Parts: sequence; C-alpha cells; structure tokens
Amino acid sequence: MNEERARLIKKLEEKAKEIRYKTVCLAYKAGKAHTGPSLSTTDILVALYYYKMNINPKNPKWVERDKFILSKGHGCVSLYVILAELGYYPAEDNLKLRKVDGIVQGHPDMTKTPGIEFTTGSLGNGIGAAVGMAIAAKIDKLKSKVYVLLGDGEIQEGIVWEAVASAKHYKLDNLIAIVDNNNFQSCGALPDICDFYPFREKWQSFGWNVIEIDGHDFNEILPALDLAERSKNPCVIIAKTIKGKGVSFMENNNAWHQKTYTKEEYEQACLELSLLRR
Amino acid sequence: MNSCGNTRKAFGEELLNLVQEGEDIIAVCADTRDSMRLDLLAEKFSNRVINVGIAEQNMMMVAAGIASTGKIAFAATYAMLNSMRALEQVRTFVAYPKLNVKIVSGLSGLTGSIEGVTHQCIEDLAIMRSIPNMVVLASADYASTKVIVREAAEYTGPVYIRIGRDDTPDIFDGSYSFEIGKANKLQDGKDLCMISTGLILDHAIKAVKILQNRGFSIRLLEMPSIKPIDKEAIIKAAQDIGKLVTVEEHTILGGLGGAVAEVLTDNIPTRLTRLGINDVFTESGEYIDLLNKYGLSVENIVRQSEKLILE
Repeated sequence: MNEERARLIKKLEEKAKEIRYKTVCLAYKAGKAHTGPSLSTTDILVALYYYKMNINPKNPKWVERDKFILSKGHGCVSLYVILAELGYYPAEDNLKLRKVDGIVQGHPDMTKTPGIEFTTGSLGNGIGAAVGMAIAAKIDKLKSKVYVLLGDGEIQEGIVWEAVASAKHYKLDNLIAIVDNNNFQSCGALPDICDFYPFREKWQSFGWNVIEIDGHDFNEILPALDLAERSKNPCVIIAKTIKGKGVSFMENNNAWHQKTYTKEEYEQACLELSLLRR
Repeated sequence: MNSCGNTRKAFGEELLNLVQEGEDIIAVCADTRDSMRLDLLAEKFSNRVINVGIAEQNMMMVAAGIASTGKIAFAATYAMLNSMRALEQVRTFVAYPKLNVKIVSGLSGLTGSIEGVTHQCIEDLAIMRSIPNMVVLASADYASTKVIVREAAEYTGPVYIRIGRDDTPDIFDGSYSFEIGKANKLQDGKDLCMISTGLILDHAIKAVKILQNRGFSIRLLEMPSIKPIDKEAIIKAAQDIGKLVTVEEHTILGGLGGAVAEVLTDNIPTRLTRLGINDVFTESGEYIDLLNKYGLSVENIVRQSEKLILE
C-alpha cells in the first residue's frame, strides 16, 4: 500500500473518531437516542461520505449525485453529525434533534433535513425505495450509484427480500446495499431472536454479489466499496460491526440500543472518545 | 344510453397518451401489468412499466423511490392491495413525504364481485381519506376515468384513484369536466340532494329518473373528489334543500357518506341518509346481484330517498 493510501486511511480514521465523539455529544443532548446503532455504522458512513460518494453539499439536488438511504433509520445520529459537518445545514440545527420545530427528526426525513435522500425509520422499506431510485437512474442513463444501509435485524422484514429479488431482476448494478452486521436487534442478539444467518448464502441465492468485511477497518471498507462499484450484479457488503463501537461500556451492550445517559455515563463516554482522538 | 366502457382500459390508454405527450411517467405494478392495462404503455415504452412481481409493498416503495427522483410514478394494482397490503408504505413513504405517486386501484368496491371478499374493497375511501396529504378520487365511467387520470398526473403530490373491473355503462363523454375538490352538478332540484361517487353513480342516475317520474325534484351531485371534498356544494345543498342522501359502493363508515356527514356536522346540521354497504362483509356473486343484495339496487336507492323526502 502506498503512502498516499495510508494517509487517506489515517485521515478517515481521525474523521471517524471525531464523528463518534460528536455522535455521543448529540445523543446526550437529545435525551433519548439510538447511540449504539449509530456507533456501529460510523466508519461505513465516513467511508461513504468522505471517500466514496459523488456528492455536492452546496448543491444537494445535483442530478448526477450518488444517493444514500439509511434504511435502518434509527441509526441516524452519526448521519446527522456528518451532514452538518459537510455543510448540508448548520450544525446548530442538530441541537434540536427530536425536539419540536426541529429540522432533524427522530428518524430521517427527506422533507425536513437537507441531505436526506429518503424518509426512513419504519424498518425494511429503504431498500425498495433504493430500487426505485436505481431504476430511475438507469432510465435517465445517469452514472450515479444508490447506496442503502440496512440493519442486520432489519433484514428479517419480508419486504427487504421483495426488493432484493426485484433488484436482481432489473439487473441493478448501480445499487449497493450494506448490512450493518452488529449482531444485535432491539430485544437481544440476532441468533436468539430469529436466527437469520447465514447472510451470504441468502443474498447470493437472490443473485447478488456478496462481499464480507470488517465494518470498522477502512483497509477493508474502501476496497469493498471500490469493488462493489464495479460489480455487474447488485452487490451487498456485509459489514461485521460492533454495536456501540468506541465506548467500552456500550460495545456489545444492547442496553445502549436506545438509552438516556446519566451525566457520569456521558462524561465517561466523552473521556474514552477523547482519549481515542489523541 | 347503452354503450359501455372499461375504466381499467381508460387508465391504460390515458397513461399511454400522457407518456406520448412527453410526461416523465413510470408505472409500477405487482404482476398486474395486463390486468391494470399497463400493457398498452409497455407495448410502446417497455422501460416505462416496472413489474416487481407479486410484491405490493415493494411496488409502492419502488414507486416512491422513482418519484423521489422527480418523475411521476403510477402504482397500479387492486384496491385492497393498494389500500391495505401496502398501506404503511402509502402512508409513511408516499403521503408523508408528499411524493408524486398516483395510486390507481382496480377492483374497487364490489367490482371484485365473483372473486369474493378477498378481492373486493369497500374500505379504501375511508382508509385513504384518513391520511394527510392524500387526494382521494373515484371515477364513474370510461370517459371520466381518462380525464381524472390526466388531472391526477398534472397535480403534484400523492393521489389515490378508485376504478373498477368490468365494462360499465357510459355516463359522460370527452367533455367531462373535473377539478380536484369540486362536485359536478348533474341536475338541479328542490326536494332532495343526492350525492354519489364512482361507478354506482349509474344507479344514482337511474334512481333519480324514477323519483322524477314520481313527481320529485332531485339535485344530483357527482362527487369524484372525496378528499378534498366540495364543502361549498354540500353546505349549499343543505341550505337550499335541507335533505341529503349519499350513494357509494363502499362501507357507510368513513367514505363519501362520512365525509358529507362531517361537513354537515361542522357547518349546518342537516338530515342525511347514507347509502352504502352497511358495515358487513359481503360474498362472491355477480356484480349486479351483490349491489342488489347489499343495498345499492336502484330500487333501494329510490325507496330510501323517497322515505327521506316524505319524512
């Protein structure tokens, strides 16, 4: 790996640390928010927004842009931090997360929040919308890609597989799904609730290309995104992640799926994330 | 008038016309390409008809995704699938973001007839009317379906359109006028105001003729726009006449009758008889036999109207 690549990865790692820190700050200010599910996706979001996607925050409706849908809409805290960082809207607007009259809702809202491509939150639905966007891009002969991030619990929803099947039928090589495989859902660990493994075989049997990676290692995330872009079939990246990644007492602790912080917990989380950043 | 036309064919033909005129329309269906007459569009513009297979929820999401890119999406399947199977997708991902999706429902009301309750839909108007941002329309015949489909495409935002299945009697011609939120006064009268919507308008017209022959003077309003509803026309009928009857191929709860009752209650409490299916499930049967059995025969409309007039 050349030096340039190493510098890029270092830069992205630093950015991810910063986003994690700000995610915890924002979740704390919101009162009750989905910290755990937001921290597991942070590195993937950073790779998409700071490396992969062709976007222009100054012109959010630029026709040729790549599009991102957070199908697991509850993991939106990191996404809001990133959108504000990139200048889609002022960072102050995030302070009204989940508050009345705010532009950032409890789950992503395409009519209220600049940069949100599609409204999500009720699980399973984002990938169908992504299929529609990918079909529209093909009809318009656009080169743009559609990325959709799903939770691993979310793919228990039947509608996901309706969309997966239609993506294959319409040969949507411009559609890339990413599964945030943190192995937890609201009630507990995936295998204990409704064991939906194995993932690879399921997606493959629907005609998708499958790439499996460590969803916290940019050395794996970046090549996977580059490879997915060149896939001749719809492609899914199954990203092994850790719910609550970056804060010791949140990692793999499902209590942090959605939880209000005590002051001590908040301070401890900030301390850990600050130390990470040094 | 004995000629007949098909509302599904009208939909397919008008959609093709709109695309030929350059409208950026994509139609999405769920194994209903031929039955919703999207074959007419597909023959000439194959890439403008997306068939997702038997997967109505995905159909609605794909339509929403397409509409989010600035195109006009039409989602076309049967009324009970559009209004129930895909209801959450309609509510949260079409209506809430106010996306430009036109939901076209065949087999509405009792037109699913011989298939039985599973394929009939007498609840869709009530369901759709409860959703913010949703425009709810019902067409009465072939010619009016064409006009309504065209107007729905012109309007920016979500629209639900109720159409039928088999051929139905022609009521209107190409001069049919339609505006979202407006009633059509088909004739004036002073003893009773009858308000109807959709295919059952045919029975309402026949009932009015019989009532006239018996010496009554009837105002007849066609209400193709269930939401928004023409409040002024309803209030005016209440002021001018003071007795109203609604006729709809739908449960009497929450549809046209419910909407008219709400307007009257809020503005000018007035005697109203709601005719429709009386909060029961129906059964398999020929369309006309079902209308007769479940309270929508011409005779019953006449009988209930006369009763109200003579009160």
